[in-house]
Amino acid sequence: MDIKEVKNQKPKVKGGFGDKIGEVIETSSAEFTAQCYKLTEAPPLGSLVKTQDKFGEIYGVVYNVETHSLDPGRRVLARGENMKAEEEIFAANPQLSKLLTTDFRVLLVGHVEGKSIHHYLPPKSASIHSFVYICRLEEVRAFTESLDFLSLIMNARIPVPVDEVAGACIRYTSQAHSDPNAFLIKAGKELAYMLSGEVNRLNSLLKRLK
Amino acid sequence: MTNRSSEEQTRLGVVVSGSLTRGVDVRLDTSISVEDIAVGRYVAIEGAKRRFFGMITEVSLETADPSVATTPPDVSDPFIADVITGTTIYGKLRVMPMLTIGSDAASILEGPQPAKTVPAHFSSVKLASQRDVEVVFGAEDEKRFYVGTPLDMETKVCLDIAEFVKRSNGVFGKSGTGKTFLTRLLLVGMLQKNTAVSLVFDMHSEYGWEGKTEKGYKVKGLKQLFPSKVAIFTLDEESSKRRKVSTDVVVRIGYNEIEPEDIELLRQTLNLTEVSAQTVYQLAREFGDRKWLETVLNLNEEEGKQLISRLNIHDSTYRNLRRGLENLRRFSFLVPKAHENSVQRILEYLDRGINVILEFGRFDDFAAYILVANLLSRRIHAKYRENAEREMGGEVAPSRPLVITIEEAHRFLNPEFSSQTIFGRIAREMRKYNVTLLVIDQRPSGIDAEIMSQLGTKITCLLDDERDLDSVLTGTSGKSELKSVLSKLETKQQALIFGHAVPMPVVIKTREYGTAESYKELGFLNAVELKKKTEKDIEDLWA
Repeated sequence: MDIKEVKNQKPKVKGGFGDKIGEVIETSSAEFTAQCYKLTEAPPLGSLVKTQDKFGEIYGVVYNVETHSLDPGRRVLARGENMKAEEEIFAANPQLSKLLTTDFRVLLVGHVEGKSIHHYLPPKSASIHSFVYICRLEEVRAFTESLDFLSLIMNARIPVPVDEVAGACIRYTSQAHSDPNAFLIKAGKELAYMLSGEVNRLNSLLKRLK
Repeated sequence: MTNRSSEEQTRLGVVVSGSLTRGVDVRLDTSISVEDIAVGRYVAIEGAKRRFFGMITEVSLETADPSVATTPPDVSDPFIADVITGTTIYGKLRVMPMLTIGSDAASILEGPQPAKTVPAHFSSVKLASQRDVEVVFGAEDEKRFYVGTPLDMETKVCLDIAEFVKRSNGVFGKSGTGKTFLTRLLLVGMLQKNTAVSLVFDMHSEYGWEGKTEKGYKVKGLKQLFPSKVAIFTLDEESSKRRKVSTDVVVRIGYNEIEPEDIELLRQTLNLTEVSAQTVYQLAREFGDRKWLETVLNLNEEEGKQLISRLNIHDSTYRNLRRGLENLRRFSFLVPKAHENSVQRILEYLDRGINVILEFGRFDDFAAYILVANLLSRRIHAKYRENAEREMGGEVAPSRPLVITIEEAHRFLNPEFSSQTIFGRIAREMRKYNVTLLVIDQRPSGIDAEIMSQLGTKITCLLDDERDLDSVLTGTSGKSELKSVLSKLETKQQALIFGHAVPMPVVIKTREYGTAESYKELGFLNAVELKKKTEKDIEDLWA
């Protein structure tokens, strides 16, 4: 598969590669939470995103996407009992898009200082209110030339199963490479080294890469 | 693999552990499949300060996690198979480092030395290049004879014939594995390099004029290739005539030449009891060393009775002895009195640098073979010994080294007889008197361990009996590793060479022998070329 074909798969990422999709609203050394500008345009699980500030770029992998009510005291109610399509709900209740919000949580996996890419945590966490962009294909390709960042995912303590996030991330980033299959094998081997004592876990993870 | 071996060098993997005595373990790179590797292949290891040369002695499958063996991954999926190959599962080699070359100029000039240490961790391991093999085994020159090529390579492995003939050597292998071909090649080598002269006791008449391959093709013998340097002696003139072999000398042996030791050696083949074999000495004392056999064979019944009562020999012992000795009568080459001294004739030829091949014709049983080989060798050895002693006194020039080739060697060199036969002595005292042995045998375990340990170079085709393997490898370093190589040789055209004449053990595919091209390479000139050469020689002579 070549890059042109990969680009044709754009609909996978709502908003498109390189677009600004949200803003950091909570930040720490190992992760940040960003709020999406549009309710339905969250980045997919495992996608590579970045933020920028004067110190450089910080790269992260989306590990959780959550849509909830803006007001923690008010629960979202089911409204579509008498409607034929889901879209009609939003049409009939235009206020909903203002009362709800989509957040996504991002695991930091590396940063760029000057021109060099480092696959470890940045010295400084992402700035609050910094914009979050979905990485462009060439950025994904450059960042995943080395797969050292996989150990950051595999060793993360997050509420979502790390194997799922790692699998999703590898599948997502493989699309940026000219030979996705070779990339998958390379990543699979990296995982095999990391999980050398856990064959069953490796097996199920490898099945998720296809 | 063929594509890869054509490259200058193929990386196999890295050294991960090991020791000098066990050999080093090499983890195979992901791109190399264990199925492309064969024991006996020859590798080069790039250490930090020196290069090592070694031989693959073991190939094994390893897993990073032992539970893989109980719950194997789904390798029917090519993706999973690709990923786990080289990571979760991988191949491992055991390499025996044998030689090393330092990187400084002095050590390069010095050439390969025996390895006294192992390469450092993670040194990279490559298949040896053609050049490496050349550095180790040397190119073909006036001393070195090309015997074959290493497995999967085209470089020539050369045997240092000058060193080879300085010690007694052995060619071993099961029947049908190519011992005869190999021996013929070695004889050609010695002949071509002119370092020694050979005396071959040719039990099955296959070295002199022509031999046969297993498929039934005829191959030229030494006399056809080098007519002016080889003489064929025969014990059985009729057989030679039937085979249309032009023989140089017909060997006859007189009764007077047979000594009591010869009979003792034949005890088993002549079915003599131990007591009757001892009685022979008594008879020899009575009638004299030169006359006893003829006298005893000519005794009539009455005289026999008188003799046993005079010498106090038991009747059954005498009968047993008599029956055994009567067997000798069927050997037509044994005559009451030989007109010509065969030993003298053989020595004359050997002195002139002409190789002698003694054909046994129809007498290809052990009794005749043991009797004649032992008897002639004893005399010839005595002459050489005399000459060597004179040489020490400064009287004469050293005689040309002699290599005596014997087949079915375990019959002469078994622990029971090796101390009695001349071959046992030649093997032990080595080159002191310029006589060495080329021992050919299919049952090396039958040969006295002391003799086996004295053999300088051993060339071994496939052997699979445990005892034979042990016996061939006695006293060799890395014995168990070589054993695995040896028992996995192919049945044809493959041999392991180790010992004095090669810097390190090497598995070779034996050089081609039997095609017109191979004869040409070995120095055979056909009629037209021979004529041209003669004309040129004459011209040179008168120029």
